[in-house]
Amino acid sequence: MLRDTLQTLLNAYGPSGSEHAVAEKVRELLEGHVDSMKTDALGNLIVEKFGADENAKTIMVSAHMDHIGLVVTNIEENGFLRVGAVGGISPELVRGRKMVFQDGLPGIAVLEPNVKNKARQDLSDLFVDIGAETREEAEKLVSVGDVCVYAPDFTYLGKNRVASPAMDDRCACALLAELLMYADNQKNHIVGVFSTQEEVGLRGAGVAAYAIEPDIGLAIDVTAWGDTPETKLPAVKLGKGPAVKIMDRSMIATPAVREKLFEAAQAAGVIVQREVLAFGGTDGGAIQLSRAGVPTGTLSIPCRYVHSANEVIDMRDMEGALKILLQFVDLA
Amino acid sequence: MDLKTLTEAFGPSGMENEVRALLKEEASKFCDDISIDRAGNLVCRRKGTDSSLPSVTFAAHMDEIGFIVTGHTEDSLLRFRPVGGVDPRVVVSKWVLLGRERLRGVIGAMAIHLQTPEDRARVLDYDNLFIDIGANDKKEAEALCPLGTYAVFETEYAEFGDGFVAVRALDDRVGCLSLLQILKNSDYAGDLCCAFVTQEEVGLRGSASAAFLIQPDIAIVLEGTAANDLGDTEERFQVCVPGKGVAISFMDKASIADKGLFEMMKEAAEKNGIPHQIKRGITGGNDAGSFQRRGKGARTCVLSVPCRYIHSGNSVAKLSDIKAQSDLALAFLKSLTA
Repeated sequence: MLRDTLQTLLNAYGPSGSEHAVAEKVRELLEGHVDSMKTDALGNLIVEKFGADENAKTIMVSAHMDHIGLVVTNIEENGFLRVGAVGGISPELVRGRKMVFQDGLPGIAVLEPNVKNKARQDLSDLFVDIGAETREEAEKLVSVGDVCVYAPDFTYLGKNRVASPAMDDRCACALLAELLMYADNQKNHIVGVFSTQEEVGLRGAGVAAYAIEPDIGLAIDVTAWGDTPETKLPAVKLGKGPAVKIMDRSMIATPAVREKLFEAAQAAGVIVQREVLAFGGTDGGAIQLSRAGVPTGTLSIPCRYVHSANEVIDMRDMEGALKILLQFVDLA
Repeated sequence: MDLKTLTEAFGPSGMENEVRALLKEEASKFCDDISIDRAGNLVCRRKGTDSSLPSVTFAAHMDEIGFIVTGHTEDSLLRFRPVGGVDPRVVVSKWVLLGRERLRGVIGAMAIHLQTPEDRARVLDYDNLFIDIGANDKKEAEALCPLGTYAVFETEYAEFGDGFVAVRALDDRVGCLSLLQILKNSDYAGDLCCAFVTQEEVGLRGSASAAFLIQPDIAIVLEGTAANDLGDTEERFQVCVPGKGVAISFMDKASIADKGLFEMMKEAAEKNGIPHQIKRGITGGNDAGSFQRRGKGARTCVLSVPCRYIHSGNSVAKLSDIKAQSDLALAFLKSLTA
């Protein structure tokens, strides 16, 4: 069940650079369903499922395992932790949030009152309180360089929606895992890449694409929303189907791949949206520019409140995306 | 080869040939597979005897920050721009050396008598700074220092205080020195490579080629990094402190250290009694970004010598930290075999 797979993956700890717990969960899910699984120098989990056709193309499908977090840069005398950003985490969104470290140690992210009357508070105004009273006590619990993330959570909202701090991009990991589980005798080779370090600059997917040399690249990622009271752009709405990316800051989708995605959607009987994003990027950008270039597209899951502790998606968009992916590996 | 000789060599980004020639001569005493790639990187390889061990590359950049001539004024002065990041506040009234001939010049500014209160409050930018080479007219200046002539600060190597050293270009001649130590002293049985790279200061350019060419399993970058233990700076903003040992990085803007390597470095330092500290800042970036992301990618980690006043004419480091850098690199290699 897509919902169960999603929940399993959402709970794993995995900031950029420390994704192995997520990879471990994926390995457990895929054991017995695929032809090979291996991990590379950057921690990418690379999974192969061979195609049936003798002229099968190699399709690299990428979903990133990492999410944003706060890295400890100093342990202060009074036991508080000073932190820096791992990926795009903002002081406004993280303030007051419960965080957890790899071993489960909790902490509260606190943005101090703006006593200096700064025009804009930044992460230097933030600290993490782990309940330690002295530096010595704190040092027994954490080290400089340790990373905390939003505490895992899974909340149903209404009939079809789910909120979680790790939806970006575990919802895509769930889709990729299910694609690898349920693709059966499909025409093309699928090389699924559960990639690392996307949030700090599409790093994992780039080296994976180099090693794989795919004929076609596809990234699955969340995209922003335009359906809340004061937010109109991008013109993407939750529950109106997955979105086929036309362009963002990292990539102009290769038209042939984009059209195949539309074709696959039609064949699957799934309504899709068209997405143009004025900011952001996905693994697609790194795959497309690998070696001599790879025709690449991105399938997006509309997601509200991206990079907050409650990233919200609609399960109907997820179900639709899985149907499209299953068609795509046959059609492309 | 000593640090004095290495820091006296002229090597702003794009003109590393003098540094490279020095290093090549010295490296050839310990290595017989030395090549220079198309980006000007000096690549020293030593084939291993045990293919079960990971291939390891150590990298340090040969280039330093400097200046480049961009124009000539009617009254014989040179217009210039920095090569790499140089704070314009640290350049006024400094001697510089220009070009292969090391022509002397001085960076001048309006005398304090002539300044208005507004002038005094303002930081002079590169549009308002000039190099004076003592030429009589524009024509002479153009002939002596044509467009594109490089310059570096002229400073004298000086050891002072309790084992400290002050000179320009510590970033990253300290790393180059450590690479020579590794070539000289390591008996690592796996494939070993020491890469002296170009153009780090203008955007990790040389290492992009070197990394693609070598594609090691593990890349360790040896750097000089900014120490900020100045005045009343809060501990959390100090980044690292000279005298407290080699700084091990967990992350910066260009790369996140491989967690396994980061732990191995800490362990090797502790086990061998090598002074070390964890670098506390996450700003800046270095060649590890190239090695991690080029080709099939590599596991990376960075070891740095803390340098105060980095990117100026006189940065300050402690000699014991420079020794700790190569000591830790060598101890790490040993731990791979253990």
